Amino acid sequence: MLRDPRMRQVISACITLGFAVGVFAISFGVSAVSAGASVAQACAMSLLVFTGASQFSLVSVIGSGGTPASAFGGAALLAARNGVYGLAMAPHLQGSLGKRLVAAQLTIDESTAMAVAQDDPAHRRAAFWVTGLSVYLFWNVGTFIGAELGTAIDPMKYGLDAAFPAAFVAILFPVLKDRVSRWAAITGAVVCLALIPFVPVGIPILAATVGVLFGIPDPVDDASKVAA
Amino acid sequence: MSWTLVFVLAGTAYFFKVLGLVVVGDRTLPPMLSRCLALIPAALLAAIVVKDTFSMGRHLVIDARAAGVAAAALAAWRKVPLIGVIVIGAAVTAVVRAVG
Repeated sequence: MLRDPRMRQVISACITLGFAVGVFAISFGVSAVSAGASVAQACAMSLLVFTGASQFSLVSVIGSGGTPASAFGGAALLAARNGVYGLAMAPHLQGSLGKRLVAAQLTIDESTAMAVAQDDPAHRRAAFWVTGLSVYLFWNVGTFIGAELGTAIDPMKYGLDAAFPAAFVAILFPVLKDRVSRWAAITGAVVCLALIPFVPVGIPILAATVGVLFGIPDPVDDASKVAA
Repeated sequence: MSWTLVFVLAGTAYFFKVLGLVVVGDRTLPPMLSRCLALIPAALLAAIVVKDTFSMGRHLVIDARAAGVAAAALAAWRKVPLIGVIVIGAAVTAVVRAVG
């Protein structure tokens, strides 16, 4: 398997990505602790929840005084996208039930993105597993380092309160690949800002999901109308 | 933060992962539903960015974070790697806060 030069390339890219995500996990650890989580809770989240955007969203809402229910709502909606990734990966990850139950925990942004970028089935499976496992390892090590660090420093002094939105901006950009996604994002942002002064913390984030309604019109229909 | 919240979120997150990969498998969802689900990250991430940048509890504010996040957005647009974007966002915020 490792005699295949393309396979070596894929594997090394996947491990590098895992390492980069691990550095990002340090900022999650810091943020979680500054939002009031204990080191053990920050680590438990990374081990068990293992989907970064949901984890960040949960500690962000709790940190700014939101209710547990509203914090959970936003985090759960973000976690729902892993279900969509699972649908995309299912045809490529056949095997025993046990193996698929492990694969499910590793079905996240990075593993799916690396897998779908490959052209043949063997590279696709390798990219999924190597990325999933390396992200899992580095994400948890990074969280622990960050959580320990976060209890030792003043996050405001180093601008770490901006690490949240900065990270989300970086995750957001690649998502805005077409016009519909951009409209969904703009609507989400405007609805959220407009509601912040008037409703409890956390609710504006949930309300922002009205942006997904831009998915209702069928783009194929629209395209054929334009063509006709 | 409560342990209940941690465990409930862990269960929910795993539920979605298993639902897609193991339960639904390669059966297909109605196209309209898949299109809407695919837009969740765009709508939600944009909302989280503006909330974390321009709010303090239930108040809208413009402070050092706005400069930091603007710099981070510019970096992300110029394809700076994730960790670079975070460092730039935090550093610009820290500097503006220290000066201001």
